[in-house]
Amino acid sequence: MEHPENLKYTKEHEWILIEGESVTVGITDYAQDSLGDVVYLELPDEGDTITSGEPFGVVESVKAVSDLFAPVTGTVSEVNDALVDGPEDINDDPYGEAWMLKIDLDDVAELDGLMSSADYEAYIAEEA
Amino acid sequence: MTFMTLKRTPLYRAHIDSGAKMVEFAGWDMPVHYGSVIKEHLAVRSTCGLFDVSHMGEIEISGTGAFNLVQRLTTNDVKKLDWGDSQYSIILRPDGTAIDDVIVYCHGPEKYIICTNASNTGNILSWIKDHPMRGSNVLDRSDETALIALQGPDSMEVLSRIVDIDLSVVDRFMFIRTEVNGADAIVSRTGYTGEDGYEIFLGNKDAEPLWDALLKAGRANGLIPAGLGARDTLRLDMGYPLYGSELTSETTPLDANLKWVVDLKGDDFIGRDALLKQVEAGPKKKLVGFTLTGRGIARPFHKIYSDYSMAEGSLIGEVTSGTQSPSLKLSIGMGYVDIEKSKRGSEIFIDIRGRAVPAIVTRMPFYKAKPVAKFKIDD
Repeated sequence: MEHPENLKYTKEHEWILIEGESVTVGITDYAQDSLGDVVYLELPDEGDTITSGEPFGVVESVKAVSDLFAPVTGTVSEVNDALVDGPEDINDDPYGEAWMLKIDLDDVAELDGLMSSADYEAYIAEEA
Repeated sequence: MTFMTLKRTPLYRAHIDSGAKMVEFAGWDMPVHYGSVIKEHLAVRSTCGLFDVSHMGEIEISGTGAFNLVQRLTTNDVKKLDWGDSQYSIILRPDGTAIDDVIVYCHGPEKYIICTNASNTGNILSWIKDHPMRGSNVLDRSDETALIALQGPDSMEVLSRIVDIDLSVVDRFMFIRTEVNGADAIVSRTGYTGEDGYEIFLGNKDAEPLWDALLKAGRANGLIPAGLGARDTLRLDMGYPLYGSELTSETTPLDANLKWVVDLKGDDFIGRDALLKQVEAGPKKKLVGFTLTGRGIARPFHKIYSDYSMAEGSLIGEVTSGTQSPSLKLSIGMGYVDIEKSKRGSEIFIDIRGRAVPAIVTRMPFYKAKPVAKFKIDD
C-alpha cells in the first residue's frame, strides 16, 4: 500500500494535500482497501462549512457504510462531482482522480496536528 | 471485547494464501472477499465462482422414524422426496416463526441430511433433541463435513473435467454420491446464487485438494474464489431470503413469500396450526423488493415510509437487506411493509440518514438468471 510523502494524514484515514491556506482532501489507500469496492459517495456542497472531527460525508462499499470525518475546519471551495457519479475511482486512484474536496482553512495552525506518511504507516501497522 | 476463538474451515489456509479478507461470521473466520466483491459477483453471473460454505451445518437423521421426524420438523412435504432429491424447507416454532431455513436431502426412506445455516446448527440440534421421535437417530456431521459451492453458468463444464459421471443426469434439486477428485462426495445441483451450479459435500481432509483441483479445472473459464460478500449480493439479486435478515424469530414463512415451501394440506408439522390461523386472519405485512430511484443504498433497519414527509403516520415498514447490485448497477433492497402498501409499482420512501430517498416496489427476482446448462458432448 502506498502513502505518498508529500501528503499529511489523519487517524480517520484521510489524506491532506496542503497548498498555502487551502487543502485538498481524500481517503487513503489503506482506507479504500479496508472498505472494498466503493459504490456510493455523499459529499457536502460548495460553500458549506465543515468542522474538524465532525462527519462531512459518507462512503459506502457493497457491504459497509462509513462516515467521512473532516480533517480540518473551513469552507468547501470545490467538490469533486465526477467522483460522486463514479465513486469506484476511490479504489482505483485514491490520491489522484479520487480527491474529494478542496477546503479554505479557518486556521492554518490546525495543520500542525496532522501525521506524516511515516507516522501514518506506523499508526496503521499498530491498528491492524 | 471478549476473546473468542473463531472456527476455521479446512480451507482457511487456502483463503489466506489467496489474499482473502477474513471476517467473523456466525462464529467462523470466513472470507468476505478476495479483493473485489463486484468482480466475484460478476464472475458467478458470467462464468463461475467458487465458494467455501463449510461453515454450514449437516445434521443426519436416520432410522425407521427418520421420515416421521423430518416431516414433523419441516414445512415442506417430505413425501415428495425420493433417494437423491433435495428440498428447500423451513423449521418453525409452534407460533409459526422461523428457526431456520434448510435444505433436506433424502438418502433413502431411512436417512435424511438437513443442511442448516451456520448460526443455527446448534439451535436446530437442541430443537430436535426437544422433539424426539421413536426410531430416529440424530448425528451432527457438521464438524467432519466440508462444503464447496461451484456456481455459475459454466459450472457443469468445469465440474465435468474432474468427475467420471455424466452430470446431466443430476437435475436441479437432485444429488448424487460419486467420486470427485478421488474423494467420496455428495454432488448436489443446488445453490444460493440463482445460477446453475453444484454444492459438493465431502470430508474435511479432501476439501483443499478439491478446491485446488476445481480452480485449476476452471481457470480457462475464469473461475475465481468468491466470498460471503458476493454470496450476499448474488442472493439479493434473486430476492432469496437470508436467515437473520428476511427470516427471523419474528417472521413466518407466509410473511416472507415462502408459501411455496409450506404444505398446509398434508401431514402435520410444528407451526402448522399457527400458519393456518395466519391464513385465516390474513397477512398484515409482506416482504417486498424495491429499487431506489433516488441516490443512496438502503441498509438493514432503515425505516420505510409511504410519504415523502416521513411523518410518523406514514411509517409502513423496515428494510431487511440492501445493496448496489453489481449485475444490474441498481440500488436494490428488500423489506417488510404493511400489506396494503405492498403493491408492485407503489412509491415508497427509505429513511437513509434522515433523507427520504424514493424507491419503487419491484418484482423479484430483480435479476433474471440464465437457464441451467444442458450437457453437451464435445465434438
